[in-house]
Amino acid sequence: MSPFLSVRDLRVGFGRDPEINPVVRGVSFDVAAGETLAIVGESGSGKSVTVLSINRLVDFGGGRIVSGSIKLTRADNSILDLTAATELQLTKVRGAEIGMIFQEPMTSLNPVLSIGSQIEESFRLHRGLTGKQAHAAAKDALDRVRIPDALRRLNYYPNQLSGGMLQRVMIATALACNSRLLIADEPTTALDVTVQAQIMALLAELKRETGMSMIFITHDIGLVAGIADRVMVMQNGLAVEQGELNQILDRPQHPYTQHLLHAVPHFASGQAARTDGKRSSEAAPAVPALRVDGLTVRFPVTSGIFRRPAGAVHAVEGVDFDLMPGETLAIVGESGSGKSTTARAILGLTKSTRGTFSAITQETSARRSQRPVQMVFQNPYASLNPRLSVESILAEPVIAAGGRLDGRTRERMSMLIERVGLPINSLDRYPHEFSGGQRQRLCIARALMLNPAVVVLDEAVSALDVSVQAKVLELLVDLQREFNLAYLFISHDMAVVERIAHRIAVMYAGQIVEIGRAAAVLANPQHSYTQRLIAAVPTVSRRKEHFELDTRQVPSLVRRLGFEPGPADWTHFGADHKARAEAPTHLQTAG
Amino acid sequence: MRILRAIFGHTSGRIGGIIVMLYLVIALLGLMGFTPHDPLMQNRLDRLHSPTITYWMGTDLFGRDVASRLMRGVGQSFTVAFLSVAFASLAGTVLGLAAAWFGHRMDGIIMRLMDVLLAFPAILLALLVVAIVGPGTWTSIVAIGIVYTPIFTRVVRGPALSLKARDFVDAARTFGSSRTYILTRHLLLNLVAPLTVQITLALAWALLTEAGLSFLGLGTQPPASSLGLMLSDSRNLMETAPWLLIFPGLAIMVSILGFNLLGDALRDILDPRMRRSNP
Repeated sequence: MSPFLSVRDLRVGFGRDPEINPVVRGVSFDVAAGETLAIVGESGSGKSVTVLSINRLVDFGGGRIVSGSIKLTRADNSILDLTAATELQLTKVRGAEIGMIFQEPMTSLNPVLSIGSQIEESFRLHRGLTGKQAHAAAKDALDRVRIPDALRRLNYYPNQLSGGMLQRVMIATALACNSRLLIADEPTTALDVTVQAQIMALLAELKRETGMSMIFITHDIGLVAGIADRVMVMQNGLAVEQGELNQILDRPQHPYTQHLLHAVPHFASGQAARTDGKRSSEAAPAVPALRVDGLTVRFPVTSGIFRRPAGAVHAVEGVDFDLMPGETLAIVGESGSGKSTTARAILGLTKSTRGTFSAITQETSARRSQRPVQMVFQNPYASLNPRLSVESILAEPVIAAGGRLDGRTRERMSMLIERVGLPINSLDRYPHEFSGGQRQRLCIARALMLNPAVVVLDEAVSALDVSVQAKVLELLVDLQREFNLAYLFISHDMAVVERIAHRIAVMYAGQIVEIGRAAAVLANPQHSYTQRLIAAVPTVSRRKEHFELDTRQVPSLVRRLGFEPGPADWTHFGADHKARAEAPTHLQTAG
Repeated sequence: MRILRAIFGHTSGRIGGIIVMLYLVIALLGLMGFTPHDPLMQNRLDRLHSPTITYWMGTDLFGRDVASRLMRGVGQSFTVAFLSVAFASLAGTVLGLAAAWFGHRMDGIIMRLMDVLLAFPAILLALLVVAIVGPGTWTSIVAIGIVYTPIFTRVVRGPALSLKARDFVDAARTFGSSRTYILTRHLLLNLVAPLTVQITLALAWALLTEAGLSFLGLGTQPPASSLGLMLSDSRNLMETAPWLLIFPGLAIMVSILGFNLLGDALRDILDPRMRRSNP
């Protein structure tokens, strides 16, 4: 049997002279009917360009296929070479035979059209359906991707749906015409872990139902275990290794595949948790570096033309925790759970409604500054002013604290630059001369300029490539030991959290639902949300595991005026592990 | 220096740059009095003389040398244009930054005020100001400055709003950086590129508005000369002495062309997306 899609020696280049600037340098692979091929690689490896060449969307991005062939077996058993196809032929192939979903569901849909009309468009174009027929077909499509209450949702606009729902709509659109090949370009990267698990489960189910082929692109090798039949690993525009799923995961041949599998943090249910934590019951009660007590952040909601207060979004509700020097507390939870708002409130970027937090200055070691809490942001490209030199960037906190750019400041700059692993001549360079990982190192150096007691790391490694991520994590752990820093580490990535956290706080709907020793929380989660979160983490060991399709949404955080939640009711499990008792309305257990 | 090299590497930048520099030299010479003749000296024997070797661009009704008056006129027009744009960009930057930074009511008040100003055609608004204060060089500088302030306010406010929400501004807040520091180093420094482009383009508009005001007799007052005034003086003699009209007209046209070309080139050069491809 000849393969359904056959790519041979594909070379794609960009710019004025595509042969000189190749991004894909000779990639060959086959996809059989009904098979799922996962393409794994870091950013810049050419994985997206490879698949964009298949439906020739790469032409619109300025790319050109230099050589090679892409042979697609069409529905009528004729074979079409997509590299030589005319634009007219391609229009018929796109959508009808090859569907595609993208990384960002929020930006892939037109915000001014209802989702119904966007799905109908696909039916209109490829099957000539109109009016009621198209409407009915669109409803069926939404039913197929398990969107509850499909008929009503057709009239919704993209802004009324969550990211996970929108990605389902995208899948519905892509499959509207029974395309036999679905290209999924990092379809879950922008989504929360639990939503990611839902989408992955949906894709696996749809594949079983329709028998379509799929090309699944991801940077997360843990994710492929659940869905792929075959895996292709790409690096610098070359396919360094490809083969059966089990063969690649268990017996990787190429060093890069081995590196991806081993250097990168994988979730190990608490077995890889750090053991160097100092917190123990016998030791004298140390003074915490940061104590947060009853932190509450509410945003008022107004209604009517007189903007009368109607209620409040309870973004953060009664959060308290202690953070010891030299300790990492990780706050995990999905977007909207209030974890970033907690951090912003502690730093004074968001006004807290109630509650106290005190960063306690230690007199012991070197002088600690008046601003003992510093922060490293998620996006290293946005958190450095592009117009300032590294020296000015590092000098800013010192100047803000009333210091000046003198010999001692320069000495500290050089020390930190060297300590975070940047070349010593970095000081008179500008941010755009550094890579993402190097920029994040710069941000770390900047946060340490004032010798803080606590560093808040808000998704500080999430934007980095996996292997860079591992190195930055290592650096963070080293710095923590050296300067006795306390970290408040905010993340949605459980594998990363496992590597750096001593303790973990799980946030759900603005409250901490479970907190305790990292190993205990990860290995033995007590709250149903924590259990759900941990079950959703993709790992290399969970092969082709069947996920329960779960369409629950986070409850609304808008409360009526004057609403006060009842006191927290904690159940203790062991010395340092407690979970909030579950209110029946909050979460129902599955089933 | 790098920016100069970039301008001259850009086709329209090269043309625009040369034109603007030529005008700057002429304006300086005219203002410092290095003209072929005294622009104010009336030579009754040579009235309405057509262009010759002595009088490169002929003479006017009073026998004054047109070339000399043109040089002085360019100097006068440029002075008004530069000062009024300086006024507009300064006022616009301060207002735009204030609107973006303080937001809410301040933003509302400033931007609605700017909307009111923008609602009037430029020349009409300038006329209004002049009508209130009375004609003269300084009046036209202030009038033209006010006319172009809203454009700068908008050019500054938009990017300032987006910069204000960037992580590096949040980072600066966590260090406790002062408001002045954030406004100058983080906002203003990142606004240099759009402001440069806008200033260049506004210079062209300001030249045109100045010419318009002088043409209507509300700008530069005789016997001083400006390009608009020269046009105005010559309009009754269009048939007998066309050179009186052609040279100042051409001078206005070419200068505006020069500033527009330069502005377009700067827009290309300072666009970060362009810069990344050829560092």
